[in-house]
Amino acid sequence: MKNPKIYLDNNATTPLHPEVKKALVEAMEVFGNPSSMHEFGREAKTLLDSAREKVSSFIGANIDEVVFVGSGSEANNTVLSMLACPSKHCCSFQSASKKIITTKIEHPCVFETAKCLRDRGIEVDFLDVDEYGKINIEQYKEILLRGGVSLVSIMTANNEIGTIQDIKMLCHLAHKHGSLFHTDAVQAVGKIPIDVNDLNVDFLTLSGHKIYGPKGIGALYVKKGISFCPLIRGGHQEKGRRAGTENVLGIIGLGKAVEMRSKEMAEEEKRLLRLKNLLKHGIEKSIPDIHFNGHPDDCLAGTLNVSFSGAEGEAILLYLDMEGISVSTGSACSSGSLDPSHVLLATGVGAEQAHGSIRISLGRETTQKEIEYLLEVFPKIINKIREMSTAYVRKDK
Amino acid sequence: MESNWVYTDKVKEHFMHPKNVLKDDEGFKPDGEGMVGNIKCGDQMMMMIKVKDDMIIDCRWKTYGCASAIASTSVLSEMIKGMSLKKAFKLTPKEIMQQLGSLPEHKIHCSVLGDKALRAAINDYYQKNGMTDKVCKEEAKIICQCMNVTDHEIEDAVLEGARTYYELQERTKLGTVCGQCETEAKVILEKYIKEHFK
Ligand code: FES
Repeated sequence: MKNPKIYLDNNATTPLHPEVKKALVEAMEVFGNPSSMHEFGREAKTLLDSAREKVSSFIGANIDEVVFVGSGSEANNTVLSMLACPSKHCCSFQSASKKIITTKIEHPCVFETAKCLRDRGIEVDFLDVDEYGKINIEQYKEILLRGGVSLVSIMTANNEIGTIQDIKMLCHLAHKHGSLFHTDAVQAVGKIPIDVNDLNVDFLTLSGHKIYGPKGIGALYVKKGISFCPLIRGGHQEKGRRAGTENVLGIIGLGKAVEMRSKEMAEEEKRLLRLKNLLKHGIEKSIPDIHFNGHPDDCLAGTLNVSFSGAEGEAILLYLDMEGISVSTGSACSSGSLDPSHVLLATGVGAEQAHGSIRISLGRETTQKEIEYLLEVFPKIINKIREMSTAYVRKDK
Repeated sequence: MESNWVYTDKVKEHFMHPKNVLKDDEGFKPDGEGMVGNIKCGDQMMMMIKVKDDMIIDCRWKTYGCASAIASTSVLSEMIKGMSLKKAFKLTPKEIMQQLGSLPEHKIHCSVLGDKALRAAINDYYQKNGMTDKVCKEEAKIICQCMNVTDHEIEDAVLEGARTYYELQERTKLGTVCGQCETEAKVILEKYIKEHFK
């Protein structure tokens, strides 16, 4: 393969599905404001309604339970920020005590918002996880039992290590103790079956660009009857739950994206799992002193996170990049902070292992040939880095 | 891809083709050796030097770290060949960085270990050869552990214009991780402002 371009960072974002691209091109002509009553407006409104229908049925929700927002981050911020609304008239979270439970491995848009809430006087508990990234249930129960928890926010599947939580059970526990339950399902929707009725969650976040839809569009599921406080106010759009003229194109794209997911998801999950196992065993066989992060079974089919002792993540990432392969790293160095991934640290892997980690995330365009190519160059790269590393002693010598 | 790489071509060149890396089987016998940093923080460097007539005639290194850490050790290893011990001892991170063209702002901390590893190697050479009188103790004291900022660097920042704690942070990134160094850093900042400008 000469000068390949292999994209293995699908957890960061995905390319547009060809069908989504087509739908977007067609919709490009439509420019009316869906709030307008005239023909142009109605035309946009029709497309928007059809997209809403697709998104809601994809997750098993009612049409008016889906609120379109600007991103997964916005959806997550909206839910958490409701707790800090200073208005006397705010109709969300009527409970007197304001306390939330979340985890140590949430995406920064939940994690940072939770920390910010804590600074604003709201009690926040960050749950520990085990070595595979699973929530500590005992700790969870204990905190719930103490009472006064108004909201629990736990992600369905982790973006870095792929670990999937038992949301149905966690949600059931939260409800038993009278608290609402939110799940950030950005990495899960469209990859594993998600049905809001089955899970019984009160809020759920999803995003377009992780499932071959456009960037800049997300959706928040809000269960019927649950009180709500918008983050963005002003207009009556989205039934007053999210002001601002709708991103009509983005919404149409998201609608098409979930439509395609409902057709392709199940088959693709199997295919990705097969490719991931090929990759995993290939790495295991050809590179010594490695460690796979995340849960061995309850894990997204397309996510593989691996640490290489004695080799730093950014160096690995850049050498792979030179070979045309794009992956991501939990190393601190690439992000500009000094602390390596909070997710990996929470699983207790230790700073060195966290610094030396790589996330390989496969997607619908990933081929077996690409995985084989990666397996061909990978050992050489790790070897080269380890040869100049102070932190690696070859055991076979 | 090449055109918008985050690093300069020089960094890339040294990262791709690092010079003077110690090969485990080459039997390099150093006259002085120094190791600094900590893998936990993501950076560790080892420098080995061969010395003749107070000159560094050859060197080898190993580095655990990111691209900019690898590149800055590599470039340093080229700079010091043929350099007098005295001159090498005075090399600063800034001079190493200049050789690399530039580094992204948040990568600067990756290049500050090279000179320290080198000084440790030179001191080790003096020590081993009975020139204990020449061993220069690192009088510099690390104030910010997280960002590896010494009192000397605080002084430099002051001389370059930092007057407030915020400006000091802008220049050195001190206190931006755990923040434990804040009180001590403020005292030292005041001391140098007084010393040089009042
Ligand atoms: S010691 Fe300075 S930030 Fe931690």
